[in-house]
Amino acid sequence: MVKLDAGWREIPIGGKIVDAGNAREYETGSWRATTPVVDQEKCINCLLCWVFCPDSSIDVNDEEMVGFHLRFCKGCGICAEICPVDAIEMVAETEPEE
Amino acid sequence: MSRFEAMDGNTATAEGMRQINPDVVAAYPITPQTSTVQTFSQFVADGEVDTEFIRVESEHSAMAACIGASAAGGRVMTATSANGLALMWEMVYIAASNRAPIVMTVVNRALSGPINIHCDHSDSMGTRDAGWIQLFGENPQEAYDNAIQAVRIAEHEDVLLPVMSMYDGFITSHSLERVQIEDGEAVRDFVGPFTAHDSLLDVDNPVTYGPLDFYDFYMEHKRQQVEAMKYAKRVIPEVAADFEKHFGRRYGFFDEYRLDDAELALVVLSSTAGTARSVVDSLRAQGLKVGLLKPRVFRPFPAEELADALRDKTAVGVMDRSDSFGALGGPLFVELSAALKIWGVPAKIVDYVFGLGGRDTTPAQIESVFRDLAEIAETGEIKQLVTYLGVRE
Repeated sequence: MVKLDAGWREIPIGGKIVDAGNAREYETGSWRATTPVVDQEKCINCLLCWVFCPDSSIDVNDEEMVGFHLRFCKGCGICAEICPVDAIEMVAETEPEE
Repeated sequence: MSRFEAMDGNTATAEGMRQINPDVVAAYPITPQTSTVQTFSQFVADGEVDTEFIRVESEHSAMAACIGASAAGGRVMTATSANGLALMWEMVYIAASNRAPIVMTVVNRALSGPINIHCDHSDSMGTRDAGWIQLFGENPQEAYDNAIQAVRIAEHEDVLLPVMSMYDGFITSHSLERVQIEDGEAVRDFVGPFTAHDSLLDVDNPVTYGPLDFYDFYMEHKRQQVEAMKYAKRVIPEVAADFEKHFGRRYGFFDEYRLDDAELALVVLSSTAGTARSVVDSLRAQGLKVGLLKPRVFRPFPAEELADALRDKTAVGVMDRSDSFGALGGPLFVELSAALKIWGVPAKIVDYVFGLGGRDTTPAQIESVFRDLAEIAETGEIKQLVTYLGVRE
C-alpha cells in the first residue's frame, strides 16, 4: 500500500494500483449521513440487501443477515429501499438510535 | 537484405508496421492517413502479421482500444490525421497519463474548419501538451525510420510514454520516393521483443488501471510524466545511435544543413525542409551565408541543443505550418524564442506562418524569408514579427 505522504519517485507510474484488494483499507464509513438500522423481528433473511449493497457492507453469518459493516457503509439507503418487508430504516447520523 | 523501393509515406509506414508486427492495431480511416492502415489491414488479412486488428466506430474508440490493449500487455500501434486526432483527444491524454507506450502515426492535415483535407500541422501541434513524444519526418524514408525508432523510444523502461510520428499529408503520405526498406528480421531484432509492465492479463499480479486520482496523488503522477520526458531526451539519441549502427542512417534531435558557418538560419519542420535545402544551395551560390535547421523532435523540446546550434547566428527565421491564435506566433516560433532568450542567444528571430490548409510553398517564398533575414541582420531591426507567407492581402 502506497503511503499517503509518498513522493513521486516512490509511487507506481501512471496512477496504477498494484496492490490487489486494497479497497478494504479505504474506510468509507465516514462518508455516511444516514445509518441503516435493521429490525431483526421483521427480517426474513432473503438477503436481497446483501445482493444489492454496492459496498459489500451487509454482514451475513450462516445465511442470516446480522447487521452492517459500518466502517464501510456509505449510508446510500439501497438496502432499505430494496428490502421487501421494510425491515431496514435509515436513521440520520445526527440522531443516532438510543 | 535491405532493398530500395518506390513508396509513398503511408505505404512505407505500413511496411514498417508489418515488420514490427504489433500485437494490436485499432484504427479508423481518415484522409490522408487511410492508406496506412488500409495497407496494413491487407497484411493482417493475408496472414503476414500476427496482429489483432480492431475495427472501431470512431477514433475515440480507436485510442480507447489501444489503451486497453496496451494495459493488457500488448505492443500497440495506430494511425490518424486531423479531425480523427481531435476526436480521440480525451483518450490521447489518457494514453500518456496511463504511460501506455503506444506508437501512433499522425499524417499531418489541417483541422476543420472550414473543412480541409490537406497538410498543415494544426492537428499534432494541438496535442503538444498531451504528454506524447513527437517526431516529425521529412519524407517516406524518415516516416519509415521514425516508426521503427518510435517503438524502441516508447517502450524504453525509463520512458514508457506514447510516441507520435508525423509526416506531411499528401506531400509525404501520397508522393512516391525512393525508400530503403530494411530486412524484416533486422527490424525485428532492432525493436526487440515487447516486455509488458503490469499487464492486466497477468492474473497472478492483479493491477488497477485508471483509478480516481485526486489532489492527494495527481500532482505526483504529473511530475512522473515530466521526468519520463527528461529520460526521453536521453533515450531518443541512444535509439538513434543504435539505429545508425544497424541501418546506417543518422538521426538526432534535429538536422542541420550548411548551418555551421551560416549567419542567417531558417528553421522549418517536415517536407518543406526539402524545398528549403535547394533554396539554401542557390543562395549560397550567390554568396549568402544561409543555412537550415530542421527539427525532428518537438516533444521533448530540445531547447538547449537548439539554442547551441543557433548561438552564433545573426538572424533566425522560423516557419510555422500552424498558428496559435492570440499567441505571440506559431508554436515552433514561441518555443524557440523562449529557448534563445533563456540560453542567451542574441540572434534576432521572426516567424513565418505558411502552408495552412495545404497552401503550396514555393522556393521564391522561402527565398523571401532569407532576404528578410538579411535585411534584419544588416539593420538590426525587425519590421514584422509574424508574417503570413503567401496569404492574399
